[in-house]
Amino acid sequence: MSQTPEDRRPPLTPQLALRVTVVGSLALALFAIIFFRLWFLQVLSGDQYLKAATVNRVRDIAVPAARGEILDSGGRVLVDSRQSRAVQISPPDLPHSPRGRRIMYRRLAGVLGMSTRPARCKVPGVGVRHLATIPCDVAKQLAILPYANVTIKTDVRPAVQYYVAERQNQFQGVEVQQIYLRNYPLHGLAAQLFGTVGPINATEVKDKAYRGISQNSIIGQSGLEAAYDRYLRGRDGTDRVQVDALGRPTGDLRKSSPVAGHNLALSLNVGLQRVGQAALQQSIDSNYPANGGAFVALNPQDGSVYAMGSLPTFDPNQFTSNLSKAQYDKLVSKTNNYPLLNRAVDSAGPTGSTFKPITATAALQSGEWTTSDTYDDTGSFCTSPGVCRHNAGGGASGVVDLVNAIRYSSDTFFYNLGARTNIANPIAHPQGGPLQLWAHRYGIGQKTGIDLPGELRGTLPSPAWRSHRDKLELECEHATGPFKGHPKQASCGIADGRPWSIGDNINLAVGQGDVQVTPLQLAVVYSALANGGTVVRPHIGLSIQNAAGTVLQKVNPPPSRHIPIDPLYLETIRAGLRAAASQPGGTSADVFSNFPEQVYGKTGTAQYNGQQDYAWYACFVPASATTKPIVVVVTVEQGGFGAVGAAPVARQILSQWFFGKPGPYTAGNSKTL
Amino acid sequence: MTATAITPGEETAAARRPHMFPDPLLLLGAVGLVVCSLVTLNGATRNAVRGQPHFYLERQAIYAGIGIILALLLSRIDYSRLREFKFGLYAVMVALNLVVYGMPAVQGARRWIPLPFMQFQSSEFGKVLIIVALAAFAVDRSRRLHERRTTARIMLLALIPALLVIPQPDLGTGMVYVAIGFSVLFFAGTSWKQLTGLTAMFVASVAIVLAGAPALGVHLLKPYQVQRLTGFLNPSHDPQNQTYNITESLIAIGSGQKTGRGANATQTKLNFLPANDTDFVFAAVGETYGFAGAAVVLSLYALLIWRTLRILTMSKNLYGTLIAGGILAMLMFQVFVNIGMTIGIMPITGVPLPLLSYGGSSVIVTFIAIGLLQSIYIQARIASTGKSRALLS
Repeated sequence: MSQTPEDRRPPLTPQLALRVTVVGSLALALFAIIFFRLWFLQVLSGDQYLKAATVNRVRDIAVPAARGEILDSGGRVLVDSRQSRAVQISPPDLPHSPRGRRIMYRRLAGVLGMSTRPARCKVPGVGVRHLATIPCDVAKQLAILPYANVTIKTDVRPAVQYYVAERQNQFQGVEVQQIYLRNYPLHGLAAQLFGTVGPINATEVKDKAYRGISQNSIIGQSGLEAAYDRYLRGRDGTDRVQVDALGRPTGDLRKSSPVAGHNLALSLNVGLQRVGQAALQQSIDSNYPANGGAFVALNPQDGSVYAMGSLPTFDPNQFTSNLSKAQYDKLVSKTNNYPLLNRAVDSAGPTGSTFKPITATAALQSGEWTTSDTYDDTGSFCTSPGVCRHNAGGGASGVVDLVNAIRYSSDTFFYNLGARTNIANPIAHPQGGPLQLWAHRYGIGQKTGIDLPGELRGTLPSPAWRSHRDKLELECEHATGPFKGHPKQASCGIADGRPWSIGDNINLAVGQGDVQVTPLQLAVVYSALANGGTVVRPHIGLSIQNAAGTVLQKVNPPPSRHIPIDPLYLETIRAGLRAAASQPGGTSADVFSNFPEQVYGKTGTAQYNGQQDYAWYACFVPASATTKPIVVVVTVEQGGFGAVGAAPVARQILSQWFFGKPGPYTAGNSKTL
Repeated sequence: MTATAITPGEETAAARRPHMFPDPLLLLGAVGLVVCSLVTLNGATRNAVRGQPHFYLERQAIYAGIGIILALLLSRIDYSRLREFKFGLYAVMVALNLVVYGMPAVQGARRWIPLPFMQFQSSEFGKVLIIVALAAFAVDRSRRLHERRTTARIMLLALIPALLVIPQPDLGTGMVYVAIGFSVLFFAGTSWKQLTGLTAMFVASVAIVLAGAPALGVHLLKPYQVQRLTGFLNPSHDPQNQTYNITESLIAIGSGQKTGRGANATQTKLNFLPANDTDFVFAAVGETYGFAGAAVVLSLYALLIWRTLRILTMSKNLYGTLIAGGILAMLMFQVFVNIGMTIGIMPITGVPLPLLSYGGSSVIVTFIAIGLLQSIYIQARIASTGKSRALLS
């Protein structure tokens, strides 16, 4: 085979030698760069990268603690927790590209059978967006607490858990966790009392009361769940696991076990609660347009609450599954009359004639009236010629002493006491006269201190209160002070600008006008009447127990104070209350005269502008008459006269308390305020 | 062996066995890298296939075995005969890279022809084919190398398959083709002026693809490709997305420190490091065996590159020099781009690290290239002994 010139071995030309040198030097330079870079990474910055690698492989998984149970006095379970499988999204672990997230959300919605159709989604602090259910939930949570898990769906089937767990790369940031869901077997019974639980929010995270708990915690949001949260909550455990790049656990490193919450025993009597709610419902149904109400039953000696109900009610179980916007709107809507509201402590208003024992105490203690003084009830009372007030229905009781004035609920009699207990010089004594002093001592205008959050203080009208309102009205009209920045208005409706007058005190004397009292406050007042002047501090919690039932801590708050009422005066007022509930002509006699126990009771009919009257009834059976003393207060919104709307409810509660059965629903017909 | 008996003069030389031995240092480098690969894969892929801790290890060993046998066989053949088949080889290379477009896609890519025992990656095999073919075209026109037409034609012959490979998509291998073409011209003796012109055109086209065309609304590269190419400039910008790979790779290498984390190499073993058996295998080495391990691997590559340069200079003819030049470009491009990528100084392009990355096509093709180098070495030794004997007699 002949060799072509190209086949001949070329000598190592200078040109080739140069080029080989160039490439060789290039390779040498590149190797040098790599070595220096490796030196920098591995030797100089090695510690820092080692730290990053260590962090990379561990993840803390919260193991939720079981929330404590709520029990009744006999140990029966009223609220407990059940285990559930929940699909949660951990926002920091989501795919980072918006497209990846969209795909993942769609996939997850398919697995969970949820809608992918975008709908209006109100994100707090961001505004209204157009998002499907899952991204909407995530967006809302991100706006509140960016690092908390978002629960997408609870009670999912085991198959879903396995499906997601086996496809972690397709479901980045999705976790299926065993969680505890609150269970309320009583449903609507005492719902507002127990309250609700929910994920901790941004303000609560910063709250001292919740220090050291994770952003994924479920805490009590209202009612007893919130009041006793630190006992019920328990402590979440953590599982520190080694994970691979897809977040799949590959081994346990350290474990801190969850500590279950303690149990809370209540003084609540479920039977009494059930009868109370049923009776209240019956009153609402039979007294159109009544649309709501509340009742409180407590022990006048120590303030422990036997029953406390509020209608309309709701099913707290709704809050444990994902509550839809529509469902929530129903719970806070005016049309449904705010079912979430616990009217026994969160709603205050004038009490009508049930206030009269306070006025009587003030008049007697101040010496403005004596037990034997009489007043001629002519049907009207005039402070000056032409300025007159009349009894309800225009009737006249004739010459009455204090006992009979309470028995018949004579308004003019108490107008007179109101006029007599008014402060002569309101500027010198802005806190008012004897009526304000004694109402204050009974606890009007102050919190009772019950173990429930959000209790209302109410209002006790006084000269100082009125001038404060007048000042607010002026500031509002001129857009100054707290109203700075608001538009100026001709009138804000806060006050009418007139100074304290005798009419204010006369209104207060009969529980009308500006006075605002919660049913619970009234129950505390009647407790003091029943027990001889001790203002109790009501409480629903009885004790904190561990799972075995051992009492760890007793809830037994001392009474707020004792008020020095002359026993004779107290006896006189009680005689009036007893007569009202038992003697002919007594305002609630036709409801209670045949009741076997000694009931001391007073009707009340509170007047509202533009609404039907609110019915009230406050009564007690004192320790002197029974071994099971009790105070019952009932109010029915727009329930009409107290004897008609409220007294029959109280009777059924008392009947259940003493005889174990509600007995007949007996409406009275007294038309007194 | 019969194939080497070309001329009567060489027959006697062929009978003298010592001259038929391949270059021991080159062989040492290649086998050393295979050992490193197996040791690293043993740690990195132990949990990759459930129940089969040695799944990748066994396969890589088999591929390397096949590769070594092919290399030894090839070293006995006179590479010069391949010149005659340049058109055929070039046509086969183009055809292979076209056939893959008719194959089922694997994770969105069409690069492989499924064979019973392995996935045949056309673009990998195309690398040796294009080296052998381009070198032959260059030798044919060695007298007219100064002409601009020669330069353009050879560059075009490299660009055509590159443009077939890039949309598979395999940007990295496409660029290897271009580097090979450039290297063949470089060692063939193309003037500096023309080489500079080529470089300028290359820089200009990169600028157009990355910046110019997108500004006009024409997207030649997929968004992820652009992200990868530019992401290394700013790795902390978007750690979970495209540059996630770089971040995890840096953590892996850095955490290896001087002597490595051994069994505690969590980045590698828990899959935080992506593609720890293929594109990012060097990071697995760096984490598991530290700076020391990385230095060993780098030394072996230095050995390989040094021997390639040496063989390039001792070749008995221009064809051998150019083949060695093409192989040199392939090795250097892949080694520096791949390692540069894992240590965060080069863009992310999916080129395997020769002999270290897991993958049948890559390992076998690299060994074929080693076989070609050995053939050049042996033929050079035979030619020089033949010459010296002629001088002596």
